[in-house]
Amino acid sequence: MDKLLEANNLTKRFSQGNVISRAILTAVDNINFYIKPAEIFTLAGESGCGKTTTAKMILGFEEVTSGQLLRNGEPQTDKEKAWITEGVQAIFQDPFSTFNPMRRVDAYFHETVYNFKLAKTKKDAIDWIDQKLQLVGLTYQDVAGKYPSEFSGGQLQRISIARALLTDPKLIIADEPVSMVDASLRMSIVNLFKQLRDELGVSILYITHDLATAYYVSDRIAIMFRGKIVEMGSVEDVLMNPRHPYSKLLRDSIPQADPNLRWDSRVTLAELEHEEYSRKGCRFAGRCPEVMDICKTVVPPDVRIDDVFVHCHLYEELEEA
Amino acid sequence: MAESKQVVLRTEHLKSFYILDMQGTQKVVKAVNDVNLEIYENEIYSIAGESGCGKTTLLKTLFNEIVPPQRLVDGKLYYRINSEEVDVTTFSAEEKRKLRMEYISYIPQGSMSVFNPVIKIKGTYEDFIGSHVEVKNRDEIFAIARERIQELGLPKNVLDVYPHQLSGGMRQRVTIALASSLNPQIMIGDEPTTALDVVVQRGVIQMLKDIQKKLKNTIIMVTHDMGVHANIADRIGIMYAGKIVEEAPTEKIFDMPLHPYTQFLINSLPKFGDKTMRESVPGSPPSLADLPTGCPFHPRCPHVKDICREKMPETIKVDAEHKVACWLVEEEFNG
Repeated sequence: MDKLLEANNLTKRFSQGNVISRAILTAVDNINFYIKPAEIFTLAGESGCGKTTTAKMILGFEEVTSGQLLRNGEPQTDKEKAWITEGVQAIFQDPFSTFNPMRRVDAYFHETVYNFKLAKTKKDAIDWIDQKLQLVGLTYQDVAGKYPSEFSGGQLQRISIARALLTDPKLIIADEPVSMVDASLRMSIVNLFKQLRDELGVSILYITHDLATAYYVSDRIAIMFRGKIVEMGSVEDVLMNPRHPYSKLLRDSIPQADPNLRWDSRVTLAELEHEEYSRKGCRFAGRCPEVMDICKTVVPPDVRIDDVFVHCHLYEELEEA
Repeated sequence: MAESKQVVLRTEHLKSFYILDMQGTQKVVKAVNDVNLEIYENEIYSIAGESGCGKTTLLKTLFNEIVPPQRLVDGKLYYRINSEEVDVTTFSAEEKRKLRMEYISYIPQGSMSVFNPVIKIKGTYEDFIGSHVEVKNRDEIFAIARERIQELGLPKNVLDVYPHQLSGGMRQRVTIALASSLNPQIMIGDEPTTALDVVVQRGVIQMLKDIQKKLKNTIIMVTHDMGVHANIADRIGIMYAGKIVEEAPTEKIFDMPLHPYTQFLINSLPKFGDKTMRESVPGSPPSLADLPTGCPFHPRCPHVKDICREKMPETIKVDAEHKVACWLVEEEFNG
């Protein structure tokens, strides 16, 4: 199968403290996933589940502790950080801190065009920029000479997508791209991702905690919990029929915009996050409604049911059968 | 049920602007522009709208906390205190201070900055409760605090830790427990669940509902997340450019939204099991310092007519509980 990006046993450990007492926190623990060309792949989970750390490793902002990242089957080495800038681009959460408030927005576009030698003359550069801005529903006239404060959050986020498109990337890493954008304007950004996938064949790694937009936009999804991927498969399978108890909890906790679908059950919240990271067996065991003895001591296996991977003891027998 | 409801907070043509003097030119930000509200006892009223529509300013005005450059330009704000309606806009600073915590309390959004980071949680409790309750010693204050914390199912030892030792969700819950500790009649929440994880958000909503049920008081909250509204609110007010453009019980807002803006807000939300194309509201919200003439929504409205550009529609009652300010509805309604 054609894989644009593949992560094999990707792990990231952070260590805190000094020589005498050292705490090790495994932020990303042995995860495997791949992204196909022209698909939207979602990494979903709560804060502290390691989704942003994964994005940072793909972008080369964080060193990989162990494991491998492959692009088109080629491993990423230190010397080849270049592929990051050529084939992969990033969009970040807060559009207001993406741009320097004292710098005109078009300067970012000209700088990228210059650095990548995308145009020979000023006119070519403007045409190139205008073409990319039109993809997101803006024109060069709209941004020329303006400062970030003159745009709304939604507009700025679209501008940062246009900037990412300048180098014709194959993969865009979008880290919580809509969480700072007003609810009424969110869909315009999300629809843009669909349009980019369908028209330009760009793949998008969509990192979010918002399962409703993830369902709407993505093809496949991986649910992360405390550094582990607990369930991965197509959005239809994972979100409409969640198997892992954590996916079920997460899916049920999305407030539905329908007063007839109010919650009738209650949730228990984790008291200490660190405890969950250092748990020996399954990290969800402390809160899991279907916890068994084995969960507290043995790390659950990755079970494959149909096309879905579930990281849970509950389904162990199914695989053997 | 609707008949015997007691109004606990009422506003009449409330107008609160930010008046800024910039090198001789005056800039007026019309953040709360002619708002009429009637909020009942024993209900959760929530206000929805985009950022920059004046939601937070409205809450500050309702809390009777108006600090320049914000000014109360016009209108009246009534609280019902000891079964009597009182106009609180004329209160002195000391009278206002007395009402806080005991009659009306405030739950802020960023719980990170609520607690003093260098003193333990119990220090903050001591400051807040101690300035409102006559007690002989600190232990009585901690007894009040501990009782509420235990009732809400929070761990007992939260009083003895520093704010940074708590997770964001726990800190938000401790903040809510603090705001409710003197059994206020009204609690005002400014995006109390925003910036929390979904599971934690669910826990916080659950806790707000528990408190409301227990105290039988009123919660007025603001959030932009329609999913949260659907889950918590009894009645919803939709705010746009400083005005309440539609108001109805939660079921009605979701089943039969009348204002085009409300329709956009609700139809733009993605739903599980439905992948059909969703559109967001076209254009962007107007600047409150430079409002368009007539209905402020007309530049973004797909059903715009000539009259919308000229005159702001009156708020009309579609039925006993459903109010809307839109020319489309007005025409249909009045024939």
